[in-house]
Amino acid sequence: MDSSAQYLMLSRREDFRDILEERRTSSDLSHALKSFTRMSSRASPPCSVSTLNKTVLESQHLHYIMQEVSKDTGEPLEAIREEAAGILEEMSQNLQLGYIRFLGFILSKVFKRLFRKINVNEEGLQRLQQAMQESPVVLMPNHRSYVDFLVLSYLLFTYDLSIPVIAAGIPLMGMQLIGEILRRSGAFFIRRSIGTDKLYWAVLSEYVKTILRKDFAPVEFYVEGLRSRTLKSLPPKLGMMHMVLEPFFKGEVYDISLVPISISYDRVVEESLLAYEILGVPKPKETTMGLLKARKVMDEDYGNMHVCFGHPLSVRDLAKGKVNRKQYNLIPRDLPMKPSESIHAFANTTAHLVLRLQQDNMVLSPWSLMATILMQNLGGINLKLLTKQTVWLKWLVLDFGALVDWPVQVADSEVMSSGLSLHHSVVRCEGDQVLLAEQKPQRGAAPEEAVFRRAVAVLMCASYRNQALHVLASPAMLSVALSLAAASSRADIYNLYAFLREMFYNEFIFIPDRTGQDFEEACSLLQKCGTVQIINQNIMVTDKGLSVTSFLTAAVEPFIDAYQVIFRYICSRSVQEFTEKQFISGIRTFTLNLILTGEVKSYDVLSSETQKNALASLVRLNALTKKKREEQTYFSPNKAAIGRTADILAGKIAPQARTYSRL
Amino acid sequence: MASSGHGSGRQEAADRRLRLIAGHLHPRIAASECKAEAAESDPVRAKTVPKRRQEVMKWNGWGYSDSRFLFNKKGQAEFTGRRYRLGGLIFPSLKDWFESTFGANLQHKSPPTAALNSSAITPPNLNEPFLQDLKSMGIPHSLEAEDRVFRAHGHCLHEIFALREGRFGRLPDMVVWPNCHDDVVKIVELACQHNACLIPYGGGTSVSSALECPPDEMRSIVSLDTSQMNHILWIDEKNLTAHVEAGIVGQELERLLNESGFCTGHEPDSMEFSTLGGWVATRASGMKKNIYGNIEDLVVHIKMVTPRGVVEKSCQVPRMSTGPDIHHFIMGSEGTLGVVTEVTLKIRPLPEYQKYGSVVFPNFEQGVACLREVAKQRCAPASIRLMDNAQFQFGHALKPQVSSIFTSFLDGLKKFYITKFKGFDTHRLCVATLLFEGDREKVLQHEKQVYDIAAKFGGLAAGEDNGQRGYMLTFVIAYLRDLGMDYYVIGESFETSVPWDRVLDLCRNVKERITRECKERGVQFPPMSTCRVTQTYDAGACVYFYFAFNYRGLADPVHVYEQVEHAAREEILANGGSLSHHHGAPKPMSDTCETTNQIAAYIQSHGLLRPRFLHLVVHDGVVDAKATEDDERLCRKRR
Repeated sequence: MDSSAQYLMLSRREDFRDILEERRTSSDLSHALKSFTRMSSRASPPCSVSTLNKTVLESQHLHYIMQEVSKDTGEPLEAIREEAAGILEEMSQNLQLGYIRFLGFILSKVFKRLFRKINVNEEGLQRLQQAMQESPVVLMPNHRSYVDFLVLSYLLFTYDLSIPVIAAGIPLMGMQLIGEILRRSGAFFIRRSIGTDKLYWAVLSEYVKTILRKDFAPVEFYVEGLRSRTLKSLPPKLGMMHMVLEPFFKGEVYDISLVPISISYDRVVEESLLAYEILGVPKPKETTMGLLKARKVMDEDYGNMHVCFGHPLSVRDLAKGKVNRKQYNLIPRDLPMKPSESIHAFANTTAHLVLRLQQDNMVLSPWSLMATILMQNLGGINLKLLTKQTVWLKWLVLDFGALVDWPVQVADSEVMSSGLSLHHSVVRCEGDQVLLAEQKPQRGAAPEEAVFRRAVAVLMCASYRNQALHVLASPAMLSVALSLAAASSRADIYNLYAFLREMFYNEFIFIPDRTGQDFEEACSLLQKCGTVQIINQNIMVTDKGLSVTSFLTAAVEPFIDAYQVIFRYICSRSVQEFTEKQFISGIRTFTLNLILTGEVKSYDVLSSETQKNALASLVRLNALTKKKREEQTYFSPNKAAIGRTADILAGKIAPQARTYSRL
Repeated sequence: MASSGHGSGRQEAADRRLRLIAGHLHPRIAASECKAEAAESDPVRAKTVPKRRQEVMKWNGWGYSDSRFLFNKKGQAEFTGRRYRLGGLIFPSLKDWFESTFGANLQHKSPPTAALNSSAITPPNLNEPFLQDLKSMGIPHSLEAEDRVFRAHGHCLHEIFALREGRFGRLPDMVVWPNCHDDVVKIVELACQHNACLIPYGGGTSVSSALECPPDEMRSIVSLDTSQMNHILWIDEKNLTAHVEAGIVGQELERLLNESGFCTGHEPDSMEFSTLGGWVATRASGMKKNIYGNIEDLVVHIKMVTPRGVVEKSCQVPRMSTGPDIHHFIMGSEGTLGVVTEVTLKIRPLPEYQKYGSVVFPNFEQGVACLREVAKQRCAPASIRLMDNAQFQFGHALKPQVSSIFTSFLDGLKKFYITKFKGFDTHRLCVATLLFEGDREKVLQHEKQVYDIAAKFGGLAAGEDNGQRGYMLTFVIAYLRDLGMDYYVIGESFETSVPWDRVLDLCRNVKERITRECKERGVQFPPMSTCRVTQTYDAGACVYFYFAFNYRGLADPVHVYEQVEHAAREEILANGGSLSHHHGAPKPMSDTCETTNQIAAYIQSHGLLRPRFLHLVVHDGVVDAKATEDDERLCRKRR
């Protein structure tokens, strides 16, 4: 068995402890001023920030690149060197314990106001401490909220572990004062869309690698690249991934530990912004004034937050048998080297594995289960029925191996009402009926305005459904395959499953090259809960299992519908090629009309995230070709292929047969 | 074993050399019955290694029978015998070091089986026609079990471990002692004629399993012992070359040349026992290669007997451009292509002056940086080696009992100065040992240059004594391994060649890999995993690893050892190192040496010599190689 499979099978039972409890009973000031001893017995004492930066600037790698850039541009080397120094100055963190203490004090106050509990798995922290003593550590949290940004530093400070340096987007730096505070708390800033700026890439990668080589501090970065607006995992970005893996490949460190960290919220602080952003209303620019104005969010209750530190992954273990490190022997180590195909595949698989492990350790709130049910009853649902179905769903996801934060010794009805009241911004109760809380459009507004307001409400609810979606995704793909398949033969169903997995690859994040295993797992999950039975290479839904498969199918239906609308739209257009921008504005009008006529019920299609994912899927399936011209990306459709894809998705024709390695 | 330090003047240097070698051989060994001995023409004749080597040497361990480490009744370590300067000395701190490093205990002994039980040995599989013809030629031979056992192994851990347990694998079926090149030609012809298998045997110090008899070999295996071919045939003082028979042992070669005021300067760690032919066959490297070069730099001419004829060049010149150099095909072939019988080597006048030295660095990183700088400035002394901290501690444990309170007081002062005054951490500092050779004045000048460079990297001169003891470690390490094996500790060394920029990473990663692999495989106590940089080159360095562990509680310690070593070598390759710098490719890993195998597969015609190989056809000095299907099959099977 390869080691990634082993990591996926590690125990997921975690005990959490509320760290705010102590903060509520003892002084925040003494917490902030507590003695802090970095627990890391390894290697030599850490170097100073200025030594670190000097090492980066004087590195051979950077030297090579600067020479190259100087030759390309014709500018003198001295100028290039100054430019590099400028980039580094803009980028580099300036971690100071004093600021961590200061932040610790502020954050104690803020967190206590925002959250009821911050639950942490202490065992995970012990594993982390162990890992820190053995090799450089990369902390890889998911990113659902701005709150994520410093919570890890706060926790590590509280538990006497090395404070990480954190990769942050450059807009944060622009915030007056806050930018500087973040910098001194360990944030380093990366420009968005670096593109082909060779020098910038070189400075950044050398910076990250030097931190790891010197074991200056743990490196924290979001493998998703940015905050997920849908509260669903985003497909990983591989740039940083490559940077943190390379020191191992080149033998500069013995090993690197990747620690997946799952941060789950009962209620996300910026929830109301999310829906607007997804619908294409640009997010407000990060400014200090904006932050101050956002103070009113402090008066709200955001329930619990869970931080779960996963098992550290040893890159050495993962790379065993997958990466031949000798490929680095024939080129000077400081020369930049394009990652080979095997390296690229490894980085990609590893990033997906981390995402998957993040998902596995997410703690589901009762509310996100409710939201999942609500999404299938957008017209409103009786509270009793909602309770019954939510409890039913709780057992189902527990069967599927999810962690659920369902309070024990509390009546189910209480759990429900607590969830509903916490999310008064999303739902409201009218008598026994539970309905989405929708802002009424102003009188006389256009009908589009009403659709838009409805969409905001639905997508807000959808975000919370999305928090639980990863648990259901693979069995749901299987359920859809079962419903689409003409026959019950295992091979047919596998074909459809594999097709759907490819189709929704970016939507639900599957680990590449695990189709066979994932299929087996989904089968055994459904078999275990009596939903399907497998006899003689036939997979059949049992009578009592029908409710499960139809529920699972309904859970992903909005996405299937959304993709169908998108396929229809592309096929209906006569243009040879289009840009993403044109596509997004076009599809919006197209869908609005369909929703107004009642032909389409899915609001997910309005989500720009879904739209982009669908495009990416078509590119993966070779139904769209992507071309870059003059800094612009153009897509040209193969309408026949898109039509075929749509037909398969509608169950009209069967997908092309695949070889199934694990039958 | 180490010399008496720096003498001055030519005479003293020669004396030192003599003392270095003197007494290694048992006085009882009389001259052999070699028929060539009577010949008046012999210019120089070495003391011969006896045919019955087991009379002076251990049959199941390293070196001379009378020389070994033991823990005496008081629990103190002691070295027996009078051959070495260490003989009779007490090493007070070795026990503590041994117990704390390995978690070993003097109560827990793992002694070897006492004596060789000849009856347990399968009788030889004789090739009668071969034997008859051999007898008629009057070439000495033996069928005795003890002789056969002695030549069935090198000094790999698994070989010695099996001997200590009284286990024997496939043995050579007989031993032959040719007296000269012509004898070898006859033996090889006979082997071809009667389809016997030949394995050349020199000093028997191989650590690449090259002497192991293939267990499935059906033919009669003949061990060809070159020990009687040990003449220096001539010395050419004008061209500074010497023509020597390949069976001569390193220390004898040096002693004899020293008598004439010359030396080769080739001093591999095994020089007490290894032979000239063995050096050529393995691409050996000597400690003082910075002055004298490695074997490939020293060799001017090689004569090799192959199943298809004799391979040699037609002249003895410093360099030639006539196609690929056939020498480079022979060197490193490890007895698979033929038997090296005579070699012409460069010689040098004996150096006037020799001086040891040492430098302490605050850490290994600084030490490597210093060695790199020395290599860059091309001012490396005859030898410069850098031991890591663990090896420094090891060397320290081998300090003999001090004779006076004053010396120990002085030691205390030195330690105080380095750790307290200079702030060196005793758990991080490391030591470079140095050996300078040449004209007195130049040596002193050179010394200053090297110490100046060292100072730039935080190095402090730490005296001649430390330097000398560092070199001693390399000579006694094999005896120490036998001591360890008496107490459940097994270990071995391996080495690699690596570019400068990867030295530090490679050392760290390999040591770490060893430690972790041991843990994973159930080794109870952390292993000793240590390294030193032993040679510097323009483009890289040679790194030498020692690895040993306490195997109590393990069902199959040798298997665990081999798995860990395999992992360590894998790590070396992944970090840009080579499989070997001078030991030769270890057999289990030789699939990584694709080129040799492929060439071998192509050229081989019928695995007459040892299974790995081959036959050359010589036409007017041009090598013509033909492979048959049969060989291809053989080669595939072996992988």
